[in-house]
Amino acid sequence: MSKREGEGCGRKKKTESAQKTEEYVDRSSPVIEAFKLFQQELDTKHDKYERLVKLSRDITIESKRTIFLLHRVTSVPNVEEVLNEANNRLDAVRQKIGHIAEELGEDDLYQFHKAFMPGIQEYVEAVSFHHFIKHRTLISLEEINACLVFVRDEKTKTKVCGRGLCPGACVLTFQVTPTDYLLGVADLTGELMRMCISSVGNGDVDTPFELSNFLRQIHDGFSYIGNVGPYEVSKKLHTLRQSLGKVEDACYTLRVRGSEIPKHMLADVFSNRAAVLEEDEGAV
Amino acid sequence: MSVTEMFSYIQGFLTADQDIREDIRKVVQMLEQTAREILTILQSVHQPSGFKDIPSKCLKARELFCMVQTHIGELKTKFPVEQYYRFHEHWRFVLQRLTFLAAFVVYLESESLVTREEVAKILGVEVDREKGFHLDLEDYLAGILILASELSRLAVNSVTAGDYGRPLRISNFINELDSGFRLLNLKNDPLRKRYDGLKYDVKKIEEVVYDLSIRGLAKEQEAGGDK
Repeated sequence: MSKREGEGCGRKKKTESAQKTEEYVDRSSPVIEAFKLFQQELDTKHDKYERLVKLSRDITIESKRTIFLLHRVTSVPNVEEVLNEANNRLDAVRQKIGHIAEELGEDDLYQFHKAFMPGIQEYVEAVSFHHFIKHRTLISLEEINACLVFVRDEKTKTKVCGRGLCPGACVLTFQVTPTDYLLGVADLTGELMRMCISSVGNGDVDTPFELSNFLRQIHDGFSYIGNVGPYEVSKKLHTLRQSLGKVEDACYTLRVRGSEIPKHMLADVFSNRAAVLEEDEGAV
Repeated sequence: MSVTEMFSYIQGFLTADQDIREDIRKVVQMLEQTAREILTILQSVHQPSGFKDIPSKCLKARELFCMVQTHIGELKTKFPVEQYYRFHEHWRFVLQRLTFLAAFVVYLESESLVTREEVAKILGVEVDREKGFHLDLEDYLAGILILASELSRLAVNSVTAGDYGRPLRISNFINELDSGFRLLNLKNDPLRKRYDGLKYDVKKIEEVVYDLSIRGLAKEQEAGGDK
Protein backbone atom coordinates (compact mmCIF):
# COMPACT_ATOMS: atom_id res chain seq x y z
CA MET A 1 0.00 0.00 0.00
CA SER A 2 2.67 2.41 1.12
CA LYS A 3 4.48 1.72 -2.13
CA ARG A 4 1.50 2.83 -4.15
CA GLU A 5 1.24 6.01 -2.13
CA GLY A 6 4.92 6.64 -2.72
CA GLU A 7 4.39 6.14 -6.39
CA GLY A 8 1.46 8.56 -6.35
CA CYS A 9 3.62 11.22 -4.71
CA GLY A 10 6.22 10.64 -7.36
CA ARG A 11 3.65 11.31 -10.04
CA LYS A 12 2.59 14.57 -8.45
CA LYS A 13 6.15 15.72 -8.14
CA LYS A 14 6.72 14.91 -11.75
CA THR A 15 3.81 17.01 -12.93
CA GLU A 16 5.30 19.92 -11.06
CA SER A 17 8.90 19.58 -12.03
CA ALA A 18 9.07 17.82 -15.35
CA GLN A 19 5.81 18.14 -17.18
CA LYS A 20 7.23 17.56 -20.60
CA THR A 21 8.41 14.08 -19.73
CA GLU A 22 5.09 13.01 -18.25
CA GLU A 23 4.01 11.21 -21.39
CA TYR A 24 6.69 8.58 -20.71
CA VAL A 25 4.48 6.81 -18.19
CA ASP A 26 1.78 6.48 -20.74
CA ARG A 27 -0.48 3.45 -20.62
CA SER A 28 0.24 2.69 -24.23
CA SER A 29 3.99 3.34 -24.23
CA PRO A 30 6.17 0.72 -25.90
CA VAL A 31 7.44 -0.45 -22.52
CA ILE A 32 3.96 -1.07 -21.17
CA GLU A 33 2.99 -2.76 -24.42
CA ALA A 34 6.00 -5.03 -24.14
CA PHE A 35 5.17 -5.91 -20.55
CA LYS A 36 1.61 -6.76 -21.54
CA LEU A 37 3.06 -9.35 -23.90
CA PHE A 38 5.40 -10.61 -21.17
CA GLN A 39 2.42 -10.98 -18.87
CA GLN A 40 0.69 -13.22 -21.37
CA GLU A 41 3.78 -15.28 -21.95
CA LEU A 42 4.46 -15.78 -18.25
CA ASP A 43 0.83 -16.62 -17.50
CA THR A 44 0.72 -19.23 -20.24
CA LYS A 45 3.85 -20.80 -18.86
CA HIS A 46 2.66 -20.79 -15.25
CA ASP A 47 -0.70 -22.26 -16.22
CA LYS A 48 0.98 -25.05 -18.06
CA TYR A 49 3.24 -25.69 -15.08
CA GLU A 50 0.25 -25.91 -12.74
CA ARG A 51 -1.57 -28.34 -15.03
CA LEU A 52 1.52 -30.53 -15.10
CA VAL A 53 1.85 -30.44 -11.31
CA LYS A 54 -1.75 -31.56 -11.00
CA LEU A 55 -1.23 -34.43 -13.43
CA SER A 56 1.90 -35.40 -11.53
CA ARG A 57 -0.03 -35.52 -8.24
CA ASP A 58 -2.69 -37.74 -9.76
CA ILE A 59 -0.01 -40.04 -11.10
CA THR A 60 1.66 -40.21 -7.69
CA ILE A 61 -1.56 -41.07 -5.88
CA GLU A 62 -2.60 -43.73 -8.36
CA SER A 63 0.88 -45.27 -8.43
CA LYS A 64 0.98 -45.43 -4.62
CA ARG A 65 -2.36 -47.22 -4.59
CA THR A 66 -1.10 -49.68 -7.15
CA ILE A 67 1.90 -50.42 -4.96
CA PHE A 68 -0.35 -51.08 -1.98
CA LEU A 69 -2.43 -53.39 -4.14
CA LEU A 70 0.70 -55.24 -5.24
CA HIS A 71 1.75 -55.78 -1.63
CA ARG A 72 -1.29 -57.97 -1.25
CA VAL A 73 0.20 -60.64 -3.52
CA THR A 74 2.01 -62.19 -0.56
CA SER A 75 -1.23 -63.05 1.20
CA VAL A 76 -3.59 -63.74 -1.68
CA PRO A 77 -3.97 -67.14 -3.35
CA ASN A 78 -4.65 -65.80 -6.83
CA VAL A 79 -1.58 -63.79 -7.80
CA GLU A 80 -2.62 -63.43 -11.45
CA GLU A 81 -5.78 -61.59 -10.53
CA VAL A 82 -3.94 -59.00 -8.46
CA LEU A 83 -1.34 -58.52 -11.16
CA ASN A 84 -4.02 -57.97 -13.78
CA GLU A 85 -5.83 -55.44 -11.67
CA ALA A 86 -2.54 -53.66 -11.03
CA ASN A 87 -1.86 -53.62 -14.74
CA ASN A 88 -5.23 -52.02 -15.40
CA ARG A 89 -4.46 -49.34 -12.88
CA LEU A 90 -1.07 -48.74 -14.41
CA ASP A 91 -2.79 -48.36 -17.77
CA ALA A 92 -4.81 -45.55 -16.30
CA VAL A 93 -1.60 -43.96 -15.01
CA ARG A 94 -0.08 -44.31 -18.46
CA GLN A 95 -3.04 -42.44 -19.89
CA LYS A 96 -2.23 -39.58 -17.53
CA ILE A 97 1.39 -39.63 -18.64
CA GLY A 98 -0.01 -39.43 -22.15
CA HIS A 99 -1.70 -36.18 -21.11
CA ILE A 100 1.66 -34.90 -19.89
CA ALA A 101 3.23 -35.78 -23.22
CA GLU A 102 0.38 -34.00 -24.97
CA GLU A 103 0.77 -30.98 -22.73
CA LEU A 104 4.46 -30.81 -23.42
CA GLY A 105 4.08 -31.29 -27.15
CA GLU A 106 7.08 -29.77 -28.84
CA ASP A 107 8.31 -28.13 -25.67
CA ASP A 108 11.54 -28.86 -23.96
CA LEU A 109 11.10 -31.80 -21.59
CA TYR A 110 13.46 -30.26 -19.08
CA GLN A 111 11.78 -26.87 -18.88
CA PHE A 112 8.92 -28.34 -16.87
CA HIS A 113 10.79 -31.30 -15.51
CA LYS A 114 10.38 -30.27 -11.88
CA ALA A 115 6.61 -30.20 -12.29
CA PHE A 116 6.14 -33.84 -13.17
CA MET A 117 9.30 -35.47 -11.81
CA PRO A 118 7.76 -36.81 -8.55
CA GLY A 119 4.90 -38.45 -10.42
CA ILE A 120 7.17 -40.08 -12.95
CA GLN A 121 9.45 -41.46 -10.26
CA GLU A 122 6.48 -42.94 -8.44
CA TYR A 123 5.28 -44.48 -11.68
CA VAL A 124 8.71 -46.03 -12.28
CA GLU A 125 8.54 -47.47 -8.78
CA ALA A 126 5.10 -48.97 -9.34
CA VAL A 127 5.78 -50.35 -12.79
CA SER A 128 9.11 -51.88 -11.80
CA PHE A 129 7.53 -53.46 -8.71
CA HIS A 130 4.84 -54.97 -10.91
CA HIS A 131 7.47 -56.21 -13.33
CA PHE A 132 9.52 -57.74 -10.55
CA ILE A 133 6.61 -59.69 -9.09
CA LYS A 134 5.78 -61.02 -12.53
CA HIS A 135 9.22 -61.78 -13.95
CA ARG A 136 11.59 -61.54 -10.99
CA THR A 137 13.87 -59.23 -12.96
CA LEU A 138 14.57 -55.52 -13.13
CA ILE A 139 12.57 -53.69 -15.75
CA SER A 140 14.85 -51.81 -18.14
CA LEU A 141 14.54 -48.19 -19.11
CA GLU A 142 13.70 -49.14 -22.68
CA GLU A 143 10.88 -51.37 -21.53
CA ILE A 144 9.39 -48.53 -19.52
CA ASN A 145 9.71 -46.08 -22.37
CA ALA A 146 8.29 -48.59 -24.83
CA CYS A 147 5.03 -48.56 -22.86
CA LEU A 148 4.85 -44.78 -23.01
CA VAL A 149 3.99 -44.39 -26.65
CA PHE A 150 0.62 -42.86 -27.24
CA VAL A 151 -1.50 -42.52 -30.30
CA ARG A 152 -3.54 -39.38 -30.19
CA ASP A 153 -7.08 -39.90 -31.34
CA GLU A 154 -8.51 -38.06 -34.31
CA LYS A 155 -10.35 -35.31 -32.43
CA THR A 156 -7.56 -34.06 -30.22
CA LYS A 157 -5.11 -34.36 -33.05
CA THR A 158 -6.98 -32.04 -35.35
CA LYS A 159 -7.43 -29.67 -32.47
CA VAL A 160 -3.74 -29.58 -31.67
CA CYS A 161 -2.23 -29.84 -35.13
CA GLY A 162 -4.90 -27.82 -36.81
CA ARG A 163 -4.22 -29.52 -40.11
CA GLY A 164 -4.95 -33.01 -41.34
CA LEU A 165 -1.49 -33.77 -42.58
CA CYS A 166 -0.98 -36.99 -40.65
CA PRO A 167 -4.29 -38.84 -40.64
CA GLY A 168 -4.75 -41.76 -38.27
CA ALA A 169 -1.53 -42.14 -36.36
CA CYS A 170 -0.15 -39.13 -34.58
CA VAL A 171 2.33 -40.74 -32.28
CA LEU A 172 3.46 -39.14 -29.05
CA THR A 173 6.21 -40.50 -26.89
CA PHE A 174 7.24 -39.75 -23.37
CA GLN A 175 10.80 -40.46 -22.36
CA VAL A 176 11.64 -41.23 -18.77
CA THR A 177 15.07 -39.77 -18.12
CA PRO A 178 17.77 -42.11 -16.80
CA THR A 179 17.96 -40.06 -13.61
CA ASP A 180 14.26 -40.42 -12.92
CA TYR A 181 14.56 -44.11 -13.65
CA LEU A 182 17.43 -44.43 -11.21
CA LEU A 183 15.58 -42.64 -8.43
CA GLY A 184 12.46 -44.68 -9.07
CA VAL A 185 14.45 -47.90 -8.80
CA ALA A 186 15.97 -46.67 -5.55
CA ASP A 187 12.44 -46.28 -4.18
CA LEU A 188 11.61 -49.75 -5.41
CA THR A 189 14.10 -51.29 -3.01
CA GLY A 190 12.10 -50.01 -0.05
CA GLU A 191 9.02 -51.78 -1.39
CA LEU A 192 11.00 -54.98 -1.92
CA MET A 193 12.15 -54.88 1.68
CA ARG A 194 8.56 -54.59 2.88
CA MET A 195 7.56 -57.42 0.60
CA CYS A 196 10.34 -59.57 1.99
CA ILE A 197 9.32 -59.07 5.60
CA SER A 198 5.65 -59.68 4.91
CA SER A 199 6.33 -62.82 2.89
CA VAL A 200 8.32 -64.23 5.79
CA GLY A 201 5.34 -63.50 7.96
CA ASN A 202 3.29 -65.67 5.63
CA GLY A 203 5.67 -68.60 5.89
CA ASP A 204 7.12 -68.17 2.43
CA VAL A 205 10.78 -69.14 2.80
CA ASP A 206 11.93 -68.83 -0.82
CA THR A 207 10.97 -65.27 -1.65
CA PRO A 208 13.22 -63.64 0.97
CA PHE A 209 16.31 -65.27 -0.51
CA GLU A 210 15.33 -64.29 -4.01
CA LEU A 211 14.70 -60.76 -2.83
CA SER A 212 17.96 -60.49 -0.98
CA ASN A 213 19.82 -61.62 -4.11
CA PHE A 214 18.01 -59.09 -6.23
CA LEU A 215 18.51 -56.28 -3.74
CA ARG A 216 22.20 -57.09 -3.53
CA GLN A 217 22.47 -56.76 -7.29
CA ILE A 218 20.76 -53.38 -7.22
CA HIS A 219 22.95 -52.29 -4.34
CA ASP A 220 26.05 -53.28 -6.29
CA GLY A 221 24.72 -51.33 -9.25
CA PHE A 222 24.25 -48.21 -7.15
CA SER A 223 27.70 -48.58 -5.62
CA TYR A 224 29.06 -48.81 -9.16
CA ILE A 225 27.46 -45.48 -10.02
CA GLY A 226 28.62 -43.98 -6.73
CA ASN A 227 28.72 -40.23 -6.67
CA VAL A 228 28.75 -39.73 -10.42
CA GLY A 229 25.01 -39.43 -10.24
CA PRO A 230 22.94 -36.56 -8.94
CA TYR A 231 22.87 -35.58 -5.31
CA GLU A 232 19.57 -37.36 -4.54
CA VAL A 233 21.08 -40.70 -5.51
CA SER A 234 23.65 -40.68 -2.72
CA LYS A 235 20.89 -39.87 -0.23
CA LYS A 236 18.83 -42.81 -1.42
CA LEU A 237 21.84 -45.08 -1.32
CA HIS A 238 21.86 -44.75 2.46
CA THR A 239 18.24 -45.90 2.72
CA LEU A 240 19.01 -48.69 0.31
CA ARG A 241 21.76 -49.95 2.63
CA GLN A 242 19.31 -50.04 5.53
CA SER A 243 16.75 -51.97 3.49
CA LEU A 244 19.38 -54.43 2.36
CA GLY A 245 20.50 -54.88 5.96
CA LYS A 246 16.98 -55.73 7.08
CA VAL A 247 16.48 -58.24 4.27
CA GLU A 248 19.83 -59.89 4.92
CA ASP A 249 19.02 -60.17 8.62
CA ALA A 250 15.72 -61.82 7.77
CA CYS A 251 17.47 -64.34 5.52
CA TYR A 252 20.01 -65.02 8.22
CA THR A 253 17.32 -65.76 10.78
CA LEU A 254 15.52 -67.98 8.32
CA ARG A 255 18.67 -69.99 7.69
CA VAL A 256 19.54 -70.36 11.36
CA ARG A 257 16.10 -71.03 12.77
CA GLY A 258 14.68 -72.68 9.67
CA SER A 259 16.59 -75.89 10.29
CA GLU A 260 15.24 -76.13 13.82
CA ILE A 261 11.63 -75.20 13.47
CA PRO A 262 9.02 -76.78 11.21
CA LYS A 263 7.87 -74.49 8.39
CA HIS A 264 4.35 -73.92 9.65
CA MET A 265 5.74 -72.58 12.93
CA LEU A 266 8.02 -70.03 11.28
CA ALA A 267 5.31 -67.45 10.95
CA ASP A 268 4.87 -67.50 14.73
CA VAL A 269 8.58 -67.05 15.30
CA PHE A 270 8.67 -64.00 13.07
CA SER A 271 5.50 -62.47 14.38
CA ASN A 272 6.84 -62.92 17.94
CA ARG A 273 10.09 -61.34 16.93
CA ALA A 274 8.27 -58.45 15.36
CA ALA A 275 6.20 -58.00 18.53
CA VAL A 276 9.31 -58.00 20.69
CA LEU A 277 10.96 -55.48 18.38
CA GLU A 278 7.96 -53.21 18.50
CA GLU A 279 7.90 -53.34 22.27
CA ASP A 280 11.55 -52.43 22.37
CA GLU A 281 10.99 -49.50 20.09
CA GLY A 282 8.03 -48.41 22.17
CA ALA A 283 10.11 -48.55 25.36
CA VAL A 284 12.82 -46.42 23.80
CA MET B 1 18.83 -57.04 -19.68
CA SER B 2 20.53 -57.88 -16.42
CA VAL B 3 20.74 -55.54 -13.50
CA THR B 4 24.47 -55.01 -14.02
CA GLU B 5 24.02 -54.17 -17.70
CA MET B 6 21.26 -51.73 -16.89
CA PHE B 7 23.36 -49.94 -14.31
CA SER B 8 26.41 -49.75 -16.53
CA TYR B 9 24.20 -48.21 -19.23
CA ILE B 10 22.99 -45.57 -16.80
CA GLN B 11 26.51 -45.00 -15.55
CA GLY B 12 27.55 -44.31 -19.14
CA PHE B 13 24.71 -41.83 -19.51
CA LEU B 14 25.65 -40.03 -16.30
CA THR B 15 29.31 -39.79 -17.26
CA ALA B 16 28.44 -38.35 -20.66
CA ASP B 17 26.14 -35.88 -18.93
CA GLN B 18 28.93 -34.78 -16.61
CA ASP B 19 31.33 -34.31 -19.51
CA ILE B 20 28.87 -31.97 -21.21
CA ARG B 21 28.44 -30.01 -18.00
CA GLU B 22 32.19 -29.72 -17.62
CA ASP B 23 32.51 -28.30 -21.14
CA ILE B 24 29.69 -25.85 -20.53
CA ARG B 25 31.24 -24.70 -17.28
CA LYS B 26 34.49 -23.84 -19.03
CA VAL B 27 32.78 -21.62 -21.61
CA VAL B 28 30.57 -20.03 -18.96
CA GLN B 29 33.68 -19.11 -17.01
CA MET B 30 35.01 -17.23 -20.02
CA LEU B 31 31.66 -15.50 -20.40
CA GLU B 32 31.77 -14.44 -16.78
CA GLN B 33 35.25 -13.05 -17.27
CA THR B 34 34.13 -10.93 -20.23
CA ALA B 35 31.02 -9.81 -18.35
CA ARG B 36 33.24 -8.57 -15.51
CA GLU B 37 35.40 -6.65 -17.95
CA ILE B 38 32.37 -4.94 -19.44
CA LEU B 39 31.08 -4.14 -15.98
CA THR B 40 34.42 -2.56 -15.04
CA ILE B 41 34.26 -0.29 -18.06
CA LEU B 42 30.68 0.75 -17.37
CA GLN B 43 31.23 1.18 -13.64
CA SER B 44 33.44 4.19 -14.31
CA VAL B 45 30.36 6.27 -15.20
CA HIS B 46 29.75 6.54 -11.47
CA GLN B 47 32.92 8.56 -11.03
CA PRO B 48 32.57 12.35 -11.32
CA SER B 49 34.83 12.42 -14.36
CA GLY B 50 33.03 9.52 -15.95
CA PHE B 51 29.96 11.43 -17.08
CA LYS B 52 31.81 13.21 -19.82
CA ASP B 53 32.81 10.35 -22.06
CA ILE B 54 29.87 7.99 -21.77
CA PRO B 55 29.69 7.40 -25.56
CA SER B 56 33.28 6.21 -25.76
CA LYS B 57 32.71 3.82 -22.86
CA CYS B 58 29.64 2.43 -24.54
CA LEU B 59 31.64 1.88 -27.69
CA LYS B 60 34.30 0.00 -25.75
CA ALA B 61 31.63 -2.11 -24.09
CA ARG B 62 30.04 -2.86 -27.43
CA GLU B 63 33.38 -4.08 -28.71
CA LEU B 64 33.58 -6.50 -25.82
CA PHE B 65 30.09 -7.74 -26.62
CA CYS B 66 31.57 -9.12 -29.84
CA MET B 67 33.67 -11.39 -27.65
CA VAL B 68 30.53 -12.40 -25.79
CA GLN B 69 29.00 -13.35 -29.12
CA THR B 70 31.89 -15.65 -29.99
CA HIS B 71 31.77 -17.26 -26.53
CA ILE B 72 28.05 -17.85 -26.80
CA GLY B 73 28.60 -19.24 -30.28
CA GLU B 74 31.01 -21.70 -28.72
CA LEU B 75 28.58 -22.52 -25.93
CA LYS B 76 25.95 -23.42 -28.53
CA THR B 77 28.16 -26.20 -29.86
CA LYS B 78 28.54 -27.89 -26.49
CA PHE B 79 25.12 -29.48 -26.22
CA PRO B 80 22.11 -30.44 -28.36
CA VAL B 81 19.99 -27.38 -28.91
CA GLU B 82 16.71 -28.99 -27.83
CA GLN B 83 18.15 -29.67 -24.38
CA TYR B 84 18.54 -25.98 -23.51
CA TYR B 85 16.66 -26.25 -20.22
CA ARG B 86 18.53 -29.32 -19.10
CA PHE B 87 21.68 -27.23 -18.63
CA HIS B 88 19.97 -23.89 -18.18
CA GLU B 89 21.21 -23.45 -14.61
CA HIS B 90 24.79 -23.25 -15.77
CA TRP B 91 24.42 -20.06 -17.79
CA ARG B 92 21.34 -18.56 -16.22
CA PHE B 93 23.30 -16.26 -13.92
CA VAL B 94 25.76 -15.03 -16.50
CA LEU B 95 23.03 -14.48 -19.09
CA GLN B 96 21.15 -12.30 -16.61
CA ARG B 97 24.32 -10.28 -15.97
CA LEU B 98 24.91 -9.88 -19.68
CA THR B 99 21.30 -8.79 -20.22
CA PHE B 100 21.83 -6.18 -17.53
CA LEU B 101 25.03 -4.98 -19.15
CA ALA B 102 23.44 -4.76 -22.58
CA ALA B 103 20.48 -2.91 -21.09
CA PHE B 104 22.84 -0.54 -19.27
CA VAL B 105 24.75 0.26 -22.45
CA VAL B 106 21.53 0.90 -24.35
CA TYR B 107 20.23 3.06 -21.52
CA LEU B 108 23.39 5.15 -21.39
CA GLU B 109 23.27 5.62 -25.15
CA SER B 110 19.61 6.36 -25.71
CA GLU B 111 17.97 6.47 -22.22
CA SER B 112 15.44 3.88 -23.30
CA LEU B 113 14.62 0.37 -22.21
CA VAL B 114 16.30 -2.28 -24.26
CA THR B 115 13.86 -4.67 -25.91
CA ARG B 116 14.24 -8.40 -25.68
CA GLU B 117 15.02 -8.53 -29.39
CA GLU B 118 17.81 -5.98 -29.01
CA VAL B 119 19.41 -7.90 -26.15
CA ALA B 120 19.21 -11.07 -28.18
CA LYS B 121 20.91 -9.29 -31.06
CA ILE B 122 23.67 -7.84 -28.89
CA LEU B 123 24.39 -11.23 -27.33
CA GLY B 124 24.04 -13.15 -30.56
CA VAL B 125 21.17 -15.36 -29.43
CA GLU B 126 17.59 -15.99 -30.55
CA VAL B 127 14.35 -14.75 -29.07
CA ASP B 128 12.21 -17.78 -29.85
CA ARG B 129 13.01 -21.15 -28.41
CA GLU B 130 12.30 -22.81 -31.74
CA LYS B 131 15.17 -21.08 -33.46
CA GLY B 132 17.97 -22.26 -31.20
CA PHE B 133 19.85 -20.93 -28.20
CA HIS B 134 17.53 -18.25 -26.87
CA LEU B 135 17.12 -15.72 -24.12
CA ASP B 136 14.58 -16.91 -21.58
CA LEU B 137 11.97 -14.29 -20.73
CA GLU B 138 12.57 -14.60 -17.01
CA ASP B 139 16.29 -14.09 -17.48
CA TYR B 140 15.61 -10.96 -19.52
CA LEU B 141 13.34 -9.59 -16.79
CA ALA B 142 15.88 -10.42 -14.08
CA GLY B 143 18.53 -8.53 -16.05
CA ILE B 144 16.24 -5.50 -16.31
CA LEU B 145 15.74 -5.55 -12.54
CA ILE B 146 19.50 -5.47 -12.00
CA LEU B 147 19.53 -2.42 -14.26
CA ALA B 148 17.00 -0.70 -12.00
CA SER B 149 19.21 -0.96 -8.94
CA GLU B 150 22.23 0.20 -10.93
CA LEU B 151 20.28 3.25 -12.11
CA SER B 152 19.23 4.17 -8.60
CA ARG B 153 22.91 4.28 -7.75
CA LEU B 154 23.63 6.29 -10.87
CA ALA B 155 21.00 8.85 -9.85
CA VAL B 156 22.75 9.46 -6.54
CA ASN B 157 26.17 9.72 -8.13
CA SER B 158 25.06 12.02 -10.92
CA VAL B 159 23.84 14.50 -8.30
CA THR B 160 27.24 14.32 -6.65
CA ALA B 161 28.82 14.99 -10.01
CA GLY B 162 26.58 18.01 -10.48
CA ASP B 163 24.29 16.57 -13.16
CA TYR B 164 20.85 17.45 -11.75
CA GLY B 165 18.84 16.60 -14.84
CA ARG B 166 19.69 12.93 -14.99
CA PRO B 167 17.90 11.82 -11.78
CA LEU B 168 14.62 13.17 -13.15
CA ARG B 169 15.00 11.21 -16.34
CA ILE B 170 15.99 8.10 -14.41
CA SER B 171 12.96 8.57 -12.19
CA ASN B 172 10.64 8.61 -15.18
CA PHE B 173 12.32 5.57 -16.62
CA ILE B 174 12.13 3.56 -13.40
CA ASN B 175 8.52 4.55 -12.81
CA GLU B 176 7.61 3.25 -16.20
CA LEU B 177 9.50 0.06 -15.51
CA ASP B 178 7.70 -0.30 -12.19
CA SER B 179 4.29 0.02 -13.82
CA GLY B 180 5.40 -2.51 -16.38
CA PHE B 181 6.43 -5.04 -13.77
CA ARG B 182 3.21 -4.46 -11.87
CA LEU B 183 1.37 -5.91 -14.86
CA LEU B 184 3.05 -9.26 -14.37
CA ASN B 185 1.62 -12.05 -12.28
CA LEU B 186 4.76 -13.44 -10.74
CA LYS B 187 5.00 -16.71 -8.93
CA ASN B 188 6.94 -17.10 -5.72
CA ASP B 189 10.23 -17.63 -7.49
CA PRO B 190 13.64 -15.93 -7.70
CA LEU B 191 12.28 -13.38 -10.17
CA ARG B 192 9.58 -12.37 -7.71
CA LYS B 193 12.19 -11.93 -4.99
CA ARG B 194 14.17 -9.66 -7.27
CA TYR B 195 11.07 -7.72 -8.20
CA ASP B 196 10.37 -7.09 -4.52
CA GLY B 197 13.62 -5.13 -4.43
CA LEU B 198 12.45 -2.79 -7.21
CA LYS B 199 10.33 -0.68 -4.85
CA TYR B 200 13.42 0.26 -2.85
CA ASP B 201 15.11 1.47 -6.02
CA VAL B 202 12.00 3.47 -6.90
CA LYS B 203 11.94 4.94 -3.41
CA LYS B 204 15.59 5.90 -3.47
CA ILE B 205 15.30 7.70 -6.77
CA GLU B 206 12.18 9.51 -5.63
CA GLU B 207 14.08 10.72 -2.57
CA VAL B 208 16.81 12.06 -4.81
CA VAL B 209 14.25 13.82 -7.01
CA TYR B 210 12.59 15.22 -3.90
CA ASP B 211 15.87 16.58 -2.55
CA LEU B 212 16.56 18.23 -5.87
CA SER B 213 13.13 19.76 -6.27
CA ILE B 214 12.79 21.29 -2.78
CA ARG B 215 16.11 23.00 -3.32
CA GLY B 216 15.13 24.13 -6.78
CA LEU B 217 18.19 22.43 -8.19
CA ALA B 218 16.34 20.59 -10.90
CA LYS B 219 14.80 23.77 -12.31
CA GLU B 220 18.10 25.60 -12.12
CA GLN B 221 19.65 22.90 -14.27
CA GLU B 222 16.82 23.11 -16.79
CA ALA B 223 17.11 26.82 -17.00
CA GLY B 224 20.86 26.48 -17.45
CA GLY B 225 20.28 23.97 -20.19
CA ASP B 226 17.85 26.25 -22.01
CA LYS B 227 20.32 29.07 -22.10
